[in-house]
Parts: sequence; structure tokens; C-alpha cells
Amino acid sequence: MKRTITRLLMAPSVILLLIWMIVPLSMTIYFSTIRFNLLYPGQNNFVGWMNFEFFITDPGFMPAVLNTLILLISVLIITVVLGVALSALIDKPFFGQGIVRVLLISPFFIMPTVNALIWKNMMMNPVYGVFAWISQSLGLEPIDWLSDFPLMSVIIMVSWQWLPFAILVFVTALQSQDTEQKEAAQMDGATGWHIFRYLTIPHLSRPIAVVVMIETIFLLAVFAEIFVSTGGGPGYDSTNLAYLIYNQALLQYDVGVASAGGLFAVILANIVAFFLIRAVGKNLTV
Amino acid sequence: MMTLNQQRKFKTFITGAFAWFIALLLFFPIFWMFITSFKTELQAISVPPSLFFEPTLENFGIVQERSDYLKHAFNSIITSFGSTFIALVIGVPAAYAMAFNPTKKTKDILLWMLSTKMLPAVGVLVPIYILSRDYGLLDSRTGLVIIFTLMNLPIIIWMLFSYFKDLPKEILEAARMDGANPWDEIVKVVLPLSIGGISSTALLSIILCWNEAFWSLNLTASEAAPLTAMIASYSSPEGLFWAKLSAASTLACAPIVIFGWFCQKQLVQGLTFGAVK
Repeated sequence: MKRTITRLLMAPSVILLLIWMIVPLSMTIYFSTIRFNLLYPGQNNFVGWMNFEFFITDPGFMPAVLNTLILLISVLIITVVLGVALSALIDKPFFGQGIVRVLLISPFFIMPTVNALIWKNMMMNPVYGVFAWISQSLGLEPIDWLSDFPLMSVIIMVSWQWLPFAILVFVTALQSQDTEQKEAAQMDGATGWHIFRYLTIPHLSRPIAVVVMIETIFLLAVFAEIFVSTGGGPGYDSTNLAYLIYNQALLQYDVGVASAGGLFAVILANIVAFFLIRAVGKNLTV
Repeated sequence: MMTLNQQRKFKTFITGAFAWFIALLLFFPIFWMFITSFKTELQAISVPPSLFFEPTLENFGIVQERSDYLKHAFNSIITSFGSTFIALVIGVPAAYAMAFNPTKKTKDILLWMLSTKMLPAVGVLVPIYILSRDYGLLDSRTGLVIIFTLMNLPIIIWMLFSYFKDLPKEILEAARMDGANPWDEIVKVVLPLSIGGISSTALLSIILCWNEAFWSLNLTASEAAPLTAMIASYSSPEGLFWAKLSAASTLACAPIVIFGWFCQKQLVQGLTFGAVK
């Protein structure tokens, strides 16, 4: 009886997610094995591995894989390290703590397209941007961020978006930290650093695992920021896998190659997930 | 020499000042976008940037006229709130079942659900596009609601699961003793106890939907396009007109930013993901 009810309650979610996973995935697998270009309808013959070969030998392939991983790892490190530091900083009461918290988490509410547009134009524009103005005031040559440091620009934008999320989760977690324990340590002469290192960091290990997990899901699929700001360029310098598939295959209406690329992205995501779950999985409450 | 108390006060002051500095730094781009939206185009690109100017509301009028802001805002509200509501209706029972009647498979099922989020959207864009086209869901709010619902369902279930698991089991036992059936149990006992957790879950889901860009860019055109897609139309040639671009961006973000500010307490208390013991 109990088991039946449990199953009934779970059924809608499980069935919907199964359909959501299996239908598109099997269609993608099928498309990846046929010639399927929307510009040449009716020539959908079986081609085996050709689409995969085509995608993997694309000159943008290796840069895209590397950029995807660099983007993922840099943003993870930036958001976790700064997130822990900042949330520890604002944990103790000070003047205007509430307002500071609101200001710090605000970028999380900004949509990726707007995020990219603000940074691309008003911040990083080499002539009229705020950064250019600061460089000029300091007597330095303005930097053309999007052309000279495209991947770093994207990393800055994405980190700006996700740092507040890390802060949100860590601030939440710090609220439950045992203050008595901290005070006792202070009595025994522990310095602020020691308390941070031996009490706060271990307390945050599970929230860190959660942040890494959720951010990875979104970071592997970064698209809008690149689409709006650098367009993947110059060359392939800021192209990640998601953008490569979009740009090299979908814009050419080549569904076959796009599907092969999509499957490759799925495989990469699973490899990352495998290592991730092994690394942080023991800290997840599942 | 400072006394210990003075020393502590000084330290708090320094920490506070530093925190303020960082917060203002991180908030600056948003502030700048807001300010720029009240400038004329000429003021917007002046170097050095003009801080004192006569604010104009002209840009907002132009944005509404050019891209019908209100229609896109309506689309954003419908899709993010609608999909969040449906996902909760589907997700709450599942999370409840897994939290209160766990089996050996519960962990695997949860991990599998999360793993469906690992499928990069770009990999399944074409199938979803073709299916949407065949079922007449292209450029429709219904289509977006369905996709947003499925997209956030795993995270919603995971968050809810971790809340439900932390609820005191004794209360439920007591309710069961009193002859409550499972439906009563959910509605009269579990929901009131976990309203905080459910609302933070809903908040996160609404924010993620409001800011979702990939599906809304690729599956909608003019009719169902939410604000994320409207903004993208300002990215190319009009990107040169910073004041209008800022006005459009401010309009697109204002609802969710203000909403987020009002709910930040709830968010800060709620985003535990069961990660805090």
C-alpha cells in the first residue's frame, strides 16, 4: 500500500523526466548518423561516423573543448574562493550589513544577455567604456578587452553572475555555524585565521559541493554571454562547445553534424560529472 | 594605545568599510546601466563619463514603442511563474515520497534526475525544435512553459527533497496515528511546515526561468518572446545606442531585481540544499 502510493506520487516526475531525456536524446543519436541538412531536404541517407569525424576534425574543436574546460574551472575557482571570503567577511554584523548583502547578490538577478551587453559596451568598450576611462586617467593605454582577452572577458562576465549565487549559499550556511564553538576557540586564543581555516571552511564543505555541482550544470552550457558579447571570436578564442555547435553546425543548417556535436557535449558533460560526483559527491546529501 | 574594546570596534569598522567597497564595486555595472538609461545618447558615450546631467525619460518611451516592452514582460511573467507553479505541483509529491519513504533506489533516482540537467541544451536543440514545430509549440508561451518546467524540475525536486528530509518525523507519525491519509498529511502537515523551503525553491526557479536565454532565444520569435529574447534584439546594430540599450536592459531586469530584493531574506534562509547540518 505504502509502496504503491510512493510510486504514484513519484510517477509524474519520473515519467516526464524520462520522456524529456529519452526522446530528444534518441532523436539526436539518430540524426547524428544520417546526412541531414535542412538546406538539402530528402537526402537523409545513413552515413555512420561521418558527422562525428566532421565535427571532431573541425579546426574549432580542440579550442572549444579547452575553452569549455578553462571557463568551467576558472569560474568555479573564482566564485568559490571569493564567495567563501566575502560571505565570511559579511557574516559579522557591521553598519549597513543588510544593504551590502543585497548589493552583493544583485548580479545574480541580471539576465545573461543583459550582463553581456553591459560589460561589452559600457564597461569594456576600448573607447567609451568605464575601464578605458580608468586606464586613460591613470595614463595607461586602454585595453580592448573583447579582442585581446576574449575568453577572460567571458570569464569575468560569467563569474560576476555566479559569484552572488555562491555568496547566497555560503551566507545561508554560515548562519547555522555554531557560535559557541567559535567563541570557545577565541577564548583559547585562536586567531581569526585559525577559526576561518579550521572551523568555517570545514563547515562550508557541503555548501561548496552544492555550489560546484549546480554551477557546473550551468557553466558547461554557457551560451548567451558568448552569443551576445564576443560571438566566439576572435577566431575560436572564446568559442566553447555549446557555441561551436551552434555556430558551425546549426547556422549552416547541418543538423547531422550539430547532433554529433551535441552528443559529444553530452559525453564531455558526463565525464566532468563523473569526476565531480566522485570529488564532491560524498559531501552531497542525496 | 587602544583598549581591547576600541580595537574590536576599529576592526569591525575596517571590515565594514571593506565589505561596502567590494559590494559597491560589484554593484557598479548595474548602477551604471541604470544611470545610463536616463542619459541622452550623446551623454551616454561621453568621456570622461558624465555623472551630473539632466535625466530624461525619453529612452523608456522609445523602447516601449519599438519593441513593445509590456508584451514581452507579460510573456516573462507567464512563463516563469507558470512553469514554476507546474513544476512545484509535479515535484512536491515526488520529493515528499522520496524523503519520507526512502528505498535503496532513492539515491540513484535523485542522481539520475540531476543528471538529466547535465544534457547540454544545445545538444538537444534540434529535436526539441522539430518536436515543437510539429506540435505547433514554436513561438508559443505554452511551449516555453513546458520546457522551463522540465528544465527546472530536477533542481526543484532536489531542493524540496532536502527540506522534507529535515522535517521532524515525529509530527508525521503523530498525524498518521490520528488517521490522516497521505493527502491530508501533505496538505495539512507537510506543506505548512515546509512553506519556507517551498517558497525559496519557487524563488530560485522563477529567477532561473526569468533569466533563461538559450531556449527563449531559439524557440520564440515575436509573439512569445520573453524579455531575454527582446534584449538580444538590442545586441547588434542598436548596441551602439547605449542609452536605449540601457533603458531596455533596466526595464528587463527591474522586475526580477526588485522581486529578488524583497525576497532576499527568504533566499538567504532557504538556499540550504540540505547542505547544512
